[in-house]
Amino acid sequence: MNKVQNNKAWWLVLPVFLLVAFSAVIPMMTVVNYSVQDIFDQSSRYFVGADWYKQVLLDPRLHDSLLRQFIYSACVLLIEIPLGIAIALTMPTKGRWSSLVLIVMAIPLLIPWNVVGTIWQIFGRADIGLLGSSLNAIGINYNYAANTMDAWVTVLVMDVWHWTSLVALLCYSGLRAIPDVYYQAARIDRASAWAVFRHIQLPKMKSVLLIAVMLRFMDSFMIYTEPFVLTGGGPGNATTFLSQTLTQMAVGQFDLGPAAAFSLVYFLIILLVSWLFYTAMTHSDANR
Amino acid sequence: MAEIHLQNLAHSYSPTPVGPEDYAIREMNHIWEQGGAYALLGPSGCGKSTLLNIISGLLSPSEGQVLFDSKVVNDLTPEKRNIAQVFQFPVVYDTMSVFDNLAFPLRNQGMAEAKVHSKVQEIAEVLDLQNLLGKKARNLSADEKQKVSMGRGLVRDDVSAILFDEPLTVIDPHLKWKLRRKLKQIHEQFNITMVYVTHDQLEASTFADKIAVMYGGQIVQFGTPRELFERPSHTFVGYFIGSPGMNLIEVQADAGGVRFAGTHLALSEVQQRQIAEKNYKKLQVGIRPEFIHVWDESTPDALQADVIHIEDLGTYKILTLNLDGAPLKVRLAEDKPVPEDRVSISFPAQWLMVYADDYLLEARP
Repeated sequence: MNKVQNNKAWWLVLPVFLLVAFSAVIPMMTVVNYSVQDIFDQSSRYFVGADWYKQVLLDPRLHDSLLRQFIYSACVLLIEIPLGIAIALTMPTKGRWSSLVLIVMAIPLLIPWNVVGTIWQIFGRADIGLLGSSLNAIGINYNYAANTMDAWVTVLVMDVWHWTSLVALLCYSGLRAIPDVYYQAARIDRASAWAVFRHIQLPKMKSVLLIAVMLRFMDSFMIYTEPFVLTGGGPGNATTFLSQTLTQMAVGQFDLGPAAAFSLVYFLIILLVSWLFYTAMTHSDANR
Repeated sequence: MAEIHLQNLAHSYSPTPVGPEDYAIREMNHIWEQGGAYALLGPSGCGKSTLLNIISGLLSPSEGQVLFDSKVVNDLTPEKRNIAQVFQFPVVYDTMSVFDNLAFPLRNQGMAEAKVHSKVQEIAEVLDLQNLLGKKARNLSADEKQKVSMGRGLVRDDVSAILFDEPLTVIDPHLKWKLRRKLKQIHEQFNITMVYVTHDQLEASTFADKIAVMYGGQIVQFGTPRELFERPSHTFVGYFIGSPGMNLIEVQADAGGVRFAGTHLALSEVQQRQIAEKNYKKLQVGIRPEFIHVWDESTPDALQADVIHIEDLGTYKILTLNLDGAPLKVRLAEDKPVPEDRVSISFPAQWLMVYADDYLLEARP
């Protein structure tokens, strides 16, 4: 067979190049552009090299919010993943109930972020909120607007309420994919419930769990709307996470240079941590 | 180790069964004796796996009882019944090594680690798995996985019975034969009751001493491979066992025997009386292709049939004949002369079976 020697194939790849360029590369390059220059207006722009990066990396305000961000994401994962698995394990597998439960589980996922924030903002208010006033009525001093701990717990509970369903539904789909014969074999082998979980359910859920962990990490690491609506980042800076700090810097103070540098660092952190999770979970028990 | 007794057993997957067609298992009584090697043979969907799951306790029968050594075990879980079962598709615990997989049922029993070690070594040796013991089960080939799966069933030697649910489906043919020999050896060595489900008659007859043939949720015959071949007690057995299966011709009763189209077949007086006894809806005669006698020369007082087709299988020939409109398969030895287009045949009386409503009329004296 004769090989056709021409460059026609490039035309076929071109649309993809264009799409990726306009959707990802060019916007990102403008950010890179801002991050290495000090721009006042169209005619006065100065190249500053890595100055903005140095400034951003040494900024204590950002250190604080980065630390808060990591603690927050860790809490989210530590609560939502085990809880999601536990819920998935107890969800009914067939009959009318299973459809009903699936629908109920999906509801929180369909509510827009700022609505979730508003719901909890009102729900948690110490004066008129059902949750807040009930807690105070039974003698627990609760006020998310004044107390750091209360604010944190409220933001976390809100996230758990909003997103545990996602983990549960993913795990549920993973569990449904396990053929009955595995459970039958386990019964014949007299496996305990724990052994069934450890040696059958968990390994078979691994791939969906990987997706769940990645999604929940990335989402929680980028969280903005809900705490912004609920606490506005307060009390003080107690619930000001990275994206809110970034917004303040870029839109509030209009420091586009440092904000651009910070955006790229932010992006790289997410990329790095996601890669770490991925590598850890796919190579945890390398082939022997 | 136990004798397994099925008493008035029936099972329906529907909660409100009406007619017999709602039953996966129709009422049956059956005994699997202690230490026997049995096969449960039948086409897919005949209820073999259902019956197996009822014996092991994975499924609770809707009617009747399962007894182990005359003790009712209906309400006992598989672990209490102490039964081992090997499934059609390999089940291995992916994250464990082969050793841990084999040791799993023993450790769950709380066996001492030293004993676990020797048992696992013993069974690994039988199944040729020694070199794989350290390997993760996930990385095995399908054959190896099924061997591990079987190993987990065989490793406990105190079990009441070992049930196999078409365990060799995924195994390639030459290994199949080897593993079947292994199973047979294990059976002889440990003398455990084994029930082997399959839809392959060859597999059934090489493994088992006695075969139960299942059809439509019932055991239609239970006997040695030879009995199934020579005296099928149901038309299905005749058709299912043997290659090609039994010739079955629908007939009507007449004076001195039965007839179809213009052909009359003489039957014994006992058979004639039995046919007359009841008003059967369907009468058939059956004869195996191996047992039809083919005359070397045209014989006037024999039956005359047209030759339709001849198939040479090397060691023998299969003739397809037309006898008065009824198609017939005949197995002809290689050294016999091949008939041209007409052939004289006869049905030896001892091999001519009469089936009334699909069941054999036993020629009782």
